[in-house]
Amino acid sequence: MLRTALVSVRLPLRSKFPTRAFSTSSAWRTINSLHTFSEEEELLRDSVRRFAQDVVGPKVREMDENEMMDPSVIKDLFEQGLMGIETSAEHGGAESSFTSAIISIEELAKVDPSVSVMCDVHNTLVNTVIRKYGTKEQQEKWLPQLAESKLGSFCLSETASGSDAFALQTRAIKDGDNWVINGSKMWITNSYEAEVFLIFANIDPSKGYKGITCFIATRDMGIQIAKKEQKLGIRASSTCTLNFDDLKIPAENVIGGEGLGYKIAIEILNEGRIGIAAQMLGLAQGAFDKAVPYTYERKQFGQAVGTFQGMAFQIAQAAIDLESARLLTYNAARRKEEGVALLRRQPWPNIGRALWHNGCQDRRSNGLVGGFTRETGIEKFWRDSKIGAIYEGTSNIQLQTISKFIQKEYS
Amino acid sequence: MQPTAARFLNILVPIKRCVDYAVKIRVNPQQTGIDTNVKHSMNPFDEIAVEEAVRLRERLKDKVKSITVVTLGPAKAAETLRTALAMGADSGIHIELPESAPPPEPLGVARVLRAVIERRKKMATEEGSGTGGGTTDLVIMGKQAIDDDLGQTGQMLAALLGASQATCASKLDVDVDKRVAHVRTEIDGGAEELVCTLPAVITTDLRYVEQPRYASLPNIMKAKKKPIEKLTPTDLGVDVTPMLETIKVTEPPKRVGGSKVGNVDELVKKLKESGVVAVA
Repeated sequence: MLRTALVSVRLPLRSKFPTRAFSTSSAWRTINSLHTFSEEEELLRDSVRRFAQDVVGPKVREMDENEMMDPSVIKDLFEQGLMGIETSAEHGGAESSFTSAIISIEELAKVDPSVSVMCDVHNTLVNTVIRKYGTKEQQEKWLPQLAESKLGSFCLSETASGSDAFALQTRAIKDGDNWVINGSKMWITNSYEAEVFLIFANIDPSKGYKGITCFIATRDMGIQIAKKEQKLGIRASSTCTLNFDDLKIPAENVIGGEGLGYKIAIEILNEGRIGIAAQMLGLAQGAFDKAVPYTYERKQFGQAVGTFQGMAFQIAQAAIDLESARLLTYNAARRKEEGVALLRRQPWPNIGRALWHNGCQDRRSNGLVGGFTRETGIEKFWRDSKIGAIYEGTSNIQLQTISKFIQKEYS
Repeated sequence: MQPTAARFLNILVPIKRCVDYAVKIRVNPQQTGIDTNVKHSMNPFDEIAVEEAVRLRERLKDKVKSITVVTLGPAKAAETLRTALAMGADSGIHIELPESAPPPEPLGVARVLRAVIERRKKMATEEGSGTGGGTTDLVIMGKQAIDDDLGQTGQMLAALLGASQATCASKLDVDVDKRVAHVRTEIDGGAEELVCTLPAVITTDLRYVEQPRYASLPNIMKAKKKPIEKLTPTDLGVDVTPMLETIKVTEPPKRVGGSKVGNVDELVKKLKESGVVAVA
C-alpha cells in the first residue's frame, strides 16, 4: 500500500513558497507547489486571458454557429506571438517554456476550445516536430514561417487508421529527386486554414511501420482539401479529409529521416497529449466559471439552487476533479521540461481530462435548465468536451497503455 | 551644433498596482481597510497612460527618446513594472516600500516623483551629457487610482514641479519642436482643448478611443532584459509617512425595503419622524 502511494505521488513532499523574484532561476532553488510559475509565465497567463476574453470571446458563438474559424482570430494569435511559443528567437519565436504553451492553451480554452486546439496542434505538434527532428536548414526554412503567419496541420489519421495509426495506407514512392504521395487523410485539424502540412506516408510497406516517413508540404504543392466535417463540438476548428493525388514533394522535405516517421509520431503525440490535457482543463474551468455562479442566483423554494446539499456536493466534486486534472497537467508539463521520460505517467493527464471534464460537464448541465439553451454558451462546453475522450489517444487506448505499464511493474 | 533637449522627449509614466477591477471588494475583519489578499493588477487608468506613451512613440518615432515607468510600492509592485515594460516602456524604476508600510498618500507620491525627476536631471548633467537628456519633458499618468479614487497625484506633482497640467485627457499630441502638447480634456458637459508648454503633466481619462494593447509573448520575453532600477524613499530624501490616519472602514449599510404610505399627510409624518426634514 505504501509503495503504491510512493510510486504514484510524484509531487514534492515539501513545498515552500519562494519570495517574488525578477528572474526565473531563483524560483527553482526551492521546491515549489505546482501552482508556482515564473514571472513570464504569470504575465503571459494574464495577457492571454485578457486577449481571450476581449478579442476571442465576442466571436465564439458566431464561429460555433457558422462552423468557421474567423480569420482575424488566427491573425491575432500570430500577432500575439502565440504561434511560436517554444520556437527560438532566431527563428522568430518567443523562445518560451513548454509550460508557457500549456498556459496559453489553457487560457484560450476557457473561452473557446476550438481556438485553443488550433493553437495547441500548431505549437505542440507541428512546431515541435520541426524543432526536434528537422535539420538546421529545415528549421531555418519552416520555423519562421510557422511563427509568423502560416498555420500548420498534422496529418496522420486515415479512414482506416486512427488508434491503429501504423496501419496507414498513404504511399510515397521515390521518383528522382522527389517523392510522389498518393492516398488520403481524414479527421485532420486545422486543415481548412493551414498552409503547412506534416504528412505521414509509408515509403516501404514491406517494412511495416518502419517504412512510415514524415514529409512536410505546402498547400500549393497540390494538396486537395476535401470534405469538411460537420461536428458535434469544436465546430469552429476545421476537420477535413485531405486527398493526395500524385502529390510531388522534394526529397529535402523528409523530416527526421526515412522510415523514422513512426518514432516521430509516437514521441510527439506524447507531448501533444499534455496540450490536449491543458485544453480540456481550460474547458472544464470555463464551464465551471460560467455555470456555478448561476446556481447561486437561481432560486427555487426560496433558496438558491446551488445551496441545496445535492447540488452543493456535485459542485464540490466537480471542483475536486478540476483541481486534480490541473495538477496532473501541470506536473506532466514540468516533468517534460525536466526531460523526464514521460511515457508511463503521461497518458494520465489526458485520461484524467477526458473522464473528469466529461463528468464535470454532465454535472453542470444537469444542474441547469439554463445550460440547455445555446445562448448561455454552457452547452457548447459540454459539446466541445466530448472530443477529449477521442483525439490524440482515445480513452480506451489510454487505459490500456496505463494498465500495461502497471502490469509490467507489478507482475 | 549639438541637438538641444528640445528635439527629444523623455516621458515618465508613473503607475500603481491596485486591486484588480474585477475583484469583489470586501472590508477586512479588523475594519481598517479592504481585504488585499486578492488579485492585483495595474491601475486601468495607468494602463491607458502607458499605452498612450507607447503610441506617442509610434507616431513621433525617434523624437521620443525614452519611456520610463515608475512605481512606488512593496516588492510585488515590480510585476506591474514588468507588464508596462512588456507593453513597450524602455526601463523601470521601483521605489520599494516595506510590506508592512501603510499605503502612501498622493502628496507623498507626488514628492517622490518630483525627487525622481530631479535625480534624473542631476544624473544626466553630472554625466556631462550636455544634451540634458535627463530632463523629463512629459509625465503621463492615470487620472485616478481605482482603489482610492483620489485623483490628486497628477495635479500635486504639476504644482510641485511648476509644470503645466492637463487632467482627464482623452487625446494627446505633442509638437516636439515647438515644445508644446495639444490636449483634449474631458470636462462636465463636453471637452476642452488645451495647449500646454513642456514640461507638462497629463492625466489620462478612460475615454481614450484606443484600447491598451495586450502584452504579446515576444514582448514579455523582451521585457525580461529591460532594466529596473531599485530605490527607496530614503534614497530620494522623501518621507512618505501618511499624514492622515484611517480610523475605520465599513461597508455601506445594506439597503432596507421601503414602505408604502396612504396619503400625503402620512408621508409628511413619516419624513418628520425619520428626521429627514428640518421642520419640526
